[in-house]
Formats: sequence, C-alpha cells, structure tokens
Amino acid sequence: MRETLTGSRIRERRVMAGLKQAELAQQIGISASYLNLIEHNRRRIGGKLLLNIAQALQVEPQALTEGAEAALIAALREAAGDSGLAGPEAERADEFAGRFPGWAKVLASSQRRIAALEQTVEALSDRLAHDPQLATSMHELLSTAAAIRSTAAILAETDSLQPEWRDRFQANIHQDSRRLSDSAQALVTYFDNAAETREVTHSPQAEVEAFLAAHDYRFEPLEQARAPEEAIAQLVAGAEALKTKAAQHIATGVLQQIARDATALPLVQLEQAVGAQGHDPATLAQALNQPVGRVLRRLASLPDLGAGLVVCDRSGSVTFAKSIEGFTVPRFGACCPLWPLFAVLGQPGLVMKSRVAQMGRGQAQFDAIATCEVQAAPAYNIPPLSQSVMLLLPVPSGTTPAQPVGATCRICPISACRARREPSILRDGI
Amino acid sequence: MSKLVVLVEDEVNIAEAIRFLLSQEGWRVETLANGAGAADVIRKAAPDLVMLDVMLPGKSGFEILDELRSDPATGDLPVLMLTARGQSRDRAMAEKAGVSRFMTKPFSNAEMLDAVRDLIAS
Repeated sequence: MRETLTGSRIRERRVMAGLKQAELAQQIGISASYLNLIEHNRRRIGGKLLLNIAQALQVEPQALTEGAEAALIAALREAAGDSGLAGPEAERADEFAGRFPGWAKVLASSQRRIAALEQTVEALSDRLAHDPQLATSMHELLSTAAAIRSTAAILAETDSLQPEWRDRFQANIHQDSRRLSDSAQALVTYFDNAAETREVTHSPQAEVEAFLAAHDYRFEPLEQARAPEEAIAQLVAGAEALKTKAAQHIATGVLQQIARDATALPLVQLEQAVGAQGHDPATLAQALNQPVGRVLRRLASLPDLGAGLVVCDRSGSVTFAKSIEGFTVPRFGACCPLWPLFAVLGQPGLVMKSRVAQMGRGQAQFDAIATCEVQAAPAYNIPPLSQSVMLLLPVPSGTTPAQPVGATCRICPISACRARREPSILRDGI
Repeated sequence: MSKLVVLVEDEVNIAEAIRFLLSQEGWRVETLANGAGAADVIRKAAPDLVMLDVMLPGKSGFEILDELRSDPATGDLPVLMLTARGQSRDRAMAEKAGVSRFMTKPFSNAEMLDAVRDLIAS
C-alpha cells in the first residue's frame, strides 16, 4: 500500500513543480518510461533513487513516502482554510507535514478537536433553544420560586396578618417548597446526564469505530447467539471505548444489525461460498439467496478481504464507516455526493459497481459496490426508511480508469465538478 | 368604586399571593387559570388592568394579548405580562404584541406593586 502511494505522490509533486516526466527523468538519470512505471506505482522505489527524486523535486523524502499521510494533510489544509491562510504558504501543507511531522500532528489534532468542540457548542446552544425538557424544567423551577418568593414576602412583611391567611400561606409555601426541591432535583439529573456529552475528545462515531476495530469487526458471541439482545448488552456494557451514551446507542444499533445478519448468513457459510466462488458480492448474493446489502456488510467483516464499508441513512448521513486506507470518510461535514453510496439512494434493488479513486493524495483505487435497501414498513401509508450500503474493495491501481470522487468539497482538488457545493481550499486541481 | 384587575395565571399559589397583595391595596381581583376563554371574560369584566401569564393551558398569553389588542374596546387596556422564561425572545414577542409592561418570575412583591401603580398612573 505504501509503495502504491509513493508513486502517485511523486507524480503529484512533479506536476505541481511544473516538470515534464522526461525532464525529471533526465535530472535523476533514469529513462522516462521507468519513471512512468514508478509514477504509476508499478515499480517499487526506495533508497538512493528516492532521495534523488526528492532532491530534484525539492521536497523531503519523507513527504514522498510515509510522512505525509492523506488524513494529516487534509486536516492541515482544513486548519489553513479555517484560519484564512492563503497564498503560496497554504499550498505547502504536505511540505510542513514532511519536515515537522510532530508539529503537524499537533496542529492536525488541534484542528480535529476544534471541529469536535464546535459540534458540541452547536449541540449545546441548540439544546438551550429547543430542548423542550430543559424549557419545561426551567419553567417549573422559576414558577415555583416565584410562588415561594411572593408568599414568603407576604408572611414576612405583612403586619397583623389574619390567622387564616397566615395558615393558608404557610401551607402554600410548604407545598411549593416540595415542588421546588423536586424540580431542582429533576434539573440536576438532566444536567448530570447531559454532562457526558461534554467529553469531546472523540465523537461518538469515533468511539464506535474504535470499539468495532478493536474487535476486528467480528463478534463471535453474535455468530451463534440464541439470545442476541443479551450478548449485545454485555458487549456494550463491557466496552471501555464506548464512553458516551450516544456511542453506546450507535454501537447497539450496529450490533443488532450484525446479529440479524449473522442469523441469516453465518460467517462460516459465507467463507465457504467465498472459497468456492470468489468474493463478487452479486454472485454471492445469488448463490446464497441473500439480499446484496447483507452480503456487503458480511464481506466487510472478513479480515482477508481488507474491505471498507460505509452506510448512510435516507438523509445521506453516514451512520457507519469502516475506514480503509486511501478512502477518507469525513467525520464532520458532508461527504462527496459522487460516491456510488449516494447514487443508489432511493433506488432500492439497484446494485451499482464502479471503480473509484479519491482525488488528492495516493489515489488508491477501489471497486465500490453499493445498494439501497428499504427497511420494514412500520405501518400503512408511511414512507419507509431506507439505507444505502457501500463496500470498498481495494484493487491494484493503474489498470482501469477510475471515476474520480472526493472526500468532501473543502479539500477536494477536482476544479470543474458538477457536484461542487462549496469552493475547495486547494488552489487548483492536481 | 375600587379598581378591578383580571389575573390570568395557572399557578394557583402565585395567583393567591397576588390576589392577597392587590386586595391589600384596595383592588378587586378576578382570577382565571385557563387561557381559552380569557379574552371574553376580560371583555365582559372591563377591568382597569390585566395581568397575563405567558404559558397558560388552553391559549398562550401572547394569543390573548393579540385578541385584546385587535379589539377596539380593549385595545388600550394596560396589560402586565408575567413570564418564567426571562428570555429576550419572549420579551421581544410581548413588545411586538403590544404589551404595556413585562415582568419575569420570580419577582419581588414590591416590584410587582410598583409596576401596577405605574400602569394605572400613566
């Protein structure tokens, strides 16, 4: 994988430097056709040759190999964009990452933390404005306080208060003080529960992904569980990675889906079928008489395949992502609408297969297989919910032309894109 | 003859305290706990002052205020509004609907009595 990316990086840097293939090849003393093979990731490269190329391109060798990782660069570019850094310096994010990898990581993790905090701030201000539970609690608290304050003041300030009025007001205060303590208690409980959402080092989605990755996306207890709900509750309760309620909720949903899939299509059965017919999802779905969506999800948990998986709901929000190197699923903000995942939304039954490559660094290629499935109708005359599933199978790059897609518009270099929502913070296409 | 105030407030203990305080000052107080028929009651009673809670069962204080302001008979009636959510949004909405004065709970009795006196004097 690393070598795969190195060639593409060399090509990218050469184009950025405005050099022709022949010119660079001559400078470093190799043939243009050999450089071409390197740039298309058909030849491994390292040692002296790599150093020579780096020198000719005036970059650190690390920037061509492992130092400049796509996610890191993306985060740096986003940081530059957010703070309005423009001009030639903004173009040098990968150089910065190559020269000062430690500092670059500090900056990138700050950038991610800012994004997480911003999301939290938004959620919190939203809550104050729109949370009906909070509004009701506050109203109750203030009303009771108002009643007690007025009544207590009457008792304290009225000379010669008639005994029947005094008794009445004392009874009222007694009643209201109990209400006040109840509503204060309710409010504290509310904030206690809300407090856990303030832990923002990771988003709930990130916690879930860490939890699933720690299990290699395989849960043996669910493969032969007779009472999956119990097994799921145990798994979630015992997971240290799942800190927030939100993460536990998401993970429970994911595990329930895995349990349903496992019942219908046990991994053992799938592995046998893959052994006999290969891993083409449509072929497998036919042979096993299973919906394609399920086959895609199950294939994602076969470690040998090294596949990525993205699932989104009817609104296009990503509800599940199994990362794969070379294909970035933005954690915040909207995804690239060109993904096959979104092309199949609203067309249940259609299975799309296309070769895609995310523009930018590396340009690793994937076979993306996507389908949309309708969830069971809850009642008559209610539009059903649906979800799209996309499996990403890594393929050796270079042979077939791939459809260029992005991660998210802000960091996408495709300049003339019909799907562009907002301008890229990159200057121009690579 | 003593002045009449209609108090629309669903919190009985607040209503009771206000009724007591205003009676001490020589007011006659008519209380209502539901917003639904409030505008009609007010029209019939023809009071000197209306005190309106914002969050009421049946109909909100804003709706009642709107009805009062759109009727020439009650268009100029002094209205003191009470709300438990001292948010600027509530205040802005009340001012737009033509409230005479706005008070947030909890308030002191003296504040409330001052507001009532001011409204009658002007």
